[in-house]
Amino acid sequence: QKVSVEVLDHLECLALVDFRDSEGVERLQKAIQFADQLHEVNTDGVEPMDSVLEDRWCLYLREDDVTEGNCTKELLENAREKVEEYFVAPPGNIPLPKLEERDTFLQGS
Amino acid sequence: AVLKDGLRSQVSAALKEGRVTPTELCQRCLALIKSTKFLNAYITVAEETALKQAEESEERYKRGQPLGLLDGIPIAVKDNFNTAGIETTCASNMLKGYISPYNATVVQKLLDQGAVLLGKTNLDEFAMGSGSTDGVFGPVRNPWSYSKQYREKSVPKSHSEDEESNWVITGGSSGGSAAAVSSFTCFAALGSDTGGSTRNPAAHCGVVGLKPTYGLISRHGLIPLVNSMDVPGILTRCVDDAAVLLGSLAGHDPKDSTTVQDDFKPFELPDLTDVSKLSIGIPKEYHAPGLSSEILALWSKAADLFKNAGAKVVEVSLPHTRYSIVCYHVLCTAEVASNMARFDGLEYGHRSDKKESTESMYAATRREGFNDVVRGRILSGNYFLLKQNYEKYFVKAQKVRRLIANDFVKVFRSGVDILLTPTTLSDPAPYREFIQEDNRTRSAQDDVLTQAANMAGLPAINVPTALSERGLPVGLQFIGRSFQEKELLTVAKWFEKQVQFPMIQLEEVERHDNGVFQHQKSASFS
Repeated sequence: QKVSVEVLDHLECLALVDFRDSEGVERLQKAIQFADQLHEVNTDGVEPMDSVLEDRWCLYLREDDVTEGNCTKELLENAREKVEEYFVAPPGNIPLPKLEERDTFLQGS
Repeated sequence: AVLKDGLRSQVSAALKEGRVTPTELCQRCLALIKSTKFLNAYITVAEETALKQAEESEERYKRGQPLGLLDGIPIAVKDNFNTAGIETTCASNMLKGYISPYNATVVQKLLDQGAVLLGKTNLDEFAMGSGSTDGVFGPVRNPWSYSKQYREKSVPKSHSEDEESNWVITGGSSGGSAAAVSSFTCFAALGSDTGGSTRNPAAHCGVVGLKPTYGLISRHGLIPLVNSMDVPGILTRCVDDAAVLLGSLAGHDPKDSTTVQDDFKPFELPDLTDVSKLSIGIPKEYHAPGLSSEILALWSKAADLFKNAGAKVVEVSLPHTRYSIVCYHVLCTAEVASNMARFDGLEYGHRSDKKESTESMYAATRREGFNDVVRGRILSGNYFLLKQNYEKYFVKAQKVRRLIANDFVKVFRSGVDILLTPTTLSDPAPYREFIQEDNRTRSAQDDVLTQAANMAGLPAINVPTALSERGLPVGLQFIGRSFQEKELLTVAKWFEKQVQFPMIQLEEVERHDNGVFQHQKSASFS
């Protein structure tokens, strides 16, 4: 059962990485096929496991005290585009171009 | 002749007694790194800072106040741990040029003990892979490729065949760290272990590789792959040294809420003489498809070793073993999809020049920064996390994970103390053979024996056992109960003493170690 182009397109938009070529799409197909083996296992009455430490420890919340910080300078050093103490991003709220207009391998599939 | 020493037994004593100084040690290691550059084990060599750390250590020794066993000891760290002021790349274009503003907790702990940080080691990109062949800085070469033991056994197929093309892989993804320890350029190295990434290269490079219990050692500063399975890994020349490293690294970290709050007491390993009270479990499902007959025989021999020494050796069953790699595949890609979302070019790392919109800039940055393997896992993970797939794949995998973890609980409850299994399916493959299959296939094959321990969060260790017919290292794995590292390492140490794994005979090392060739059979040099 092949993954539809709609889903592939959706994945590219969600993940913000591209399939690049037919190999990339094939890779996903194989990954799904591989994962399908899970359905052979009977998991009736089995609870999903989030963490191996579930018995040992309750996720704790620490006191809301400021213990460190004041490292604006260090944090900004690794950013390529900044203005004063801001990270600069291109305009937001502009969705990725639709499949037909996007530069993606999936176009014309 | 100090470069080949074990930490606890020799080198620390030598430093204390002044027979060698930290700066001499550091300089020798740096020189050896240079002359073994062809191994490509290191991405960054922090020469200046290392020498400075060595000088400071020397001052402490002169005052008679060393910080501990690790003071002045040269170590290496896998390049997915943050190291302040030093580039941390994860062998990816995404982080080329990224200078960490802080030290990972484990790095800080080592530095606080006076260890000398020589550099950052090579890996598969973002620790995804089992060969250390898929990073942007190229593959790591197994030092054993250049050993006398391997060369004696390899018959060139033709006159024109270059010895160069015969080199074997280190395994992965902590291949650089394993190669660094194996080639004596450092005394210990940090790796990471999510599906076997410390134990696999340890087996292929003939060194000890310890995966601690999940929650014992802080992951703060370790660039995450799978938050519910990642652990920092320890690579050393002998089991005693692994215990020393564990002692300095384990314990609760307020910066990592997944570390347990229990007090951790560092321990020295006793010299076990009586194994009659020990019960060793041999999980029959670990006789996996593709397991080489050589390793099968070695595994059997090891079981007999325990039996003949009076231990109880029983066959056990971990019935869901064959599903653990599938389960891992789903959980890993799902968590990876989430963890890799942080790489968008805004705050750090590579940033694309695209300016039209945030979305298009993110997409282009990630397109340019990640390799095929990383992208593949992100896309698969996102697929499994889609609303229509969430229950079917992700939650299903979480349920199967519980079944796998329960398998281990049942076996340990039945009176078995330690499990003995192979670590890898075969001895290290030649590079040109390894790259014939793609990364995902290889990982699925190679991780089979190691990753169930990550699923269950259990401690596991690779102990170098013997050389294969081709003269290459083969190791065996011990898996223990949660937080019972002392018991695990005690048994591992006993086994190490029995097998007397041979020391690698590398020409380069002889030259740097005062040219004195010491043929010693034991890796622990005691």
